[in-house]
Amino acid sequence: MENKNQDPKIIAFVCNWCTYTGADLAGTSRLKYQPNVRMIKLPCTGRIDPVFIIKAFEKGADGVLVSGCHPGDCHYNAGNFHARRRWIMFHKLLDYLGIDENRLHFSWVSASEGKKFVDVVNAFTNKVKAQGPFKKYEKINKEFVING
Amino acid sequence: MDDVKKIAKELLTSGKVDAVIGYIRYGNDKRTKPFIAQKPEEVENFVINKYILNNLAVYLTRKEVTKLGKIGIIAKGCDVKSIVALIQESQIKREDVYIIGVNCSGVAQDYDIEFSAETIAGKCLSCEVRTPKLFDITIGTIEDIPQGEDKKLKVIRQVEAMKPEERWDFFEEEFDKCIKCYACRQACPLCYCEQCIVDKSIPRWIESSATKRGNFSWNLIRAFHLSGRCIGCNECERVCPMDIPLSLLNRKMAMITKDDFNYVSGMDVNTPTLIGSFDLKDNEDFIE
Repeated sequence: MENKNQDPKIIAFVCNWCTYTGADLAGTSRLKYQPNVRMIKLPCTGRIDPVFIIKAFEKGADGVLVSGCHPGDCHYNAGNFHARRRWIMFHKLLDYLGIDENRLHFSWVSASEGKKFVDVVNAFTNKVKAQGPFKKYEKINKEFVING
Repeated sequence: MDDVKKIAKELLTSGKVDAVIGYIRYGNDKRTKPFIAQKPEEVENFVINKYILNNLAVYLTRKEVTKLGKIGIIAKGCDVKSIVALIQESQIKREDVYIIGVNCSGVAQDYDIEFSAETIAGKCLSCEVRTPKLFDITIGTIEDIPQGEDKKLKVIRQVEAMKPEERWDFFEEEFDKCIKCYACRQACPLCYCEQCIVDKSIPRWIESSATKRGNFSWNLIRAFHLSGRCIGCNECERVCPMDIPLSLLNRKMAMITKDDFNYVSGMDVNTPTLIGSFDLKDNEDFIE
């Protein structure tokens, strides 16, 4: 358990145009960050269906990071505005259902913010580490045996 | 009660509508069931009483009903809100439906119980649409409704005051009762998707078996898909055979959208839907 605590699984849903490119910049700039994040690239934050976030938790994620273009920078003009409105409701619903706010993180990271990406990942990884494994979800996951 | 028969009969005789959806007595005086009248003589059994519980707007998006032609519908204030929401979401056209609005003085929680302050449906206590917001004709008169205690609101406040882990345990226990019968979905006028996300099998987003995990995901996603849309008719909770307090979720989400966006679903056909629009100044305190 102690070991698992130190090695949380974090799934990041990022937009193709800003955060993914920002992460690329962090890489080409040889910036180091904690290796717990598994990134999933989507065309736009507007494409991030909240069901993806649920699925990530079902598959054993300890934390989920969601990131995309700053408001006004969307490649498709308004995708992130629509996403923002959904997140407002979704994160409040999760909080109401008892999923700790510290397990879900939203951020805006642009293509030029390689350094910000590193900071966001490091800060969030530390936060999830402090939370420990997501035992509550593990418990309801365990009961599922058909193809889980 | 004679009003409703007279109006429905006239609508059908004159050919203004092709069918009228209403309520008929069912079994005893404290029970009704929905009925679709297509001929003038079929309206004889229509009733309006304290037990017209179904939200008939659910039928307006069903193919079997839309193919009948123009529909007349008997609707309480809350049911009219769902009709307005359906028009807002472009699922039906205003001209395709003739609304016989019921001036409502509250309905009972369930069938077979005496109507009183104790047994009035929770949603009626804070009702703001006793005269429907949208109608072609109204029937009935508004009387004072018995004032009871809003028990569900009390529970919401209790849940809000809990710690996150306690809230999780509370809802885990409630959702554990779910048998995935989808009665909540069938009774909901706004659950009109031809294929529900829970029925999609490639990929399988939500487990359709009644396991803890599948139940949690289903109830969470159902509540989310209705956030900013649910009009609070509370049919989902009434039809739930396992008595899961679904209004705790729906009502909480409605409270959030009211506080954050000053938006109430189903009030005005010309307002854009909450989830289909955005504002440049939406709150983003929680986004870093």
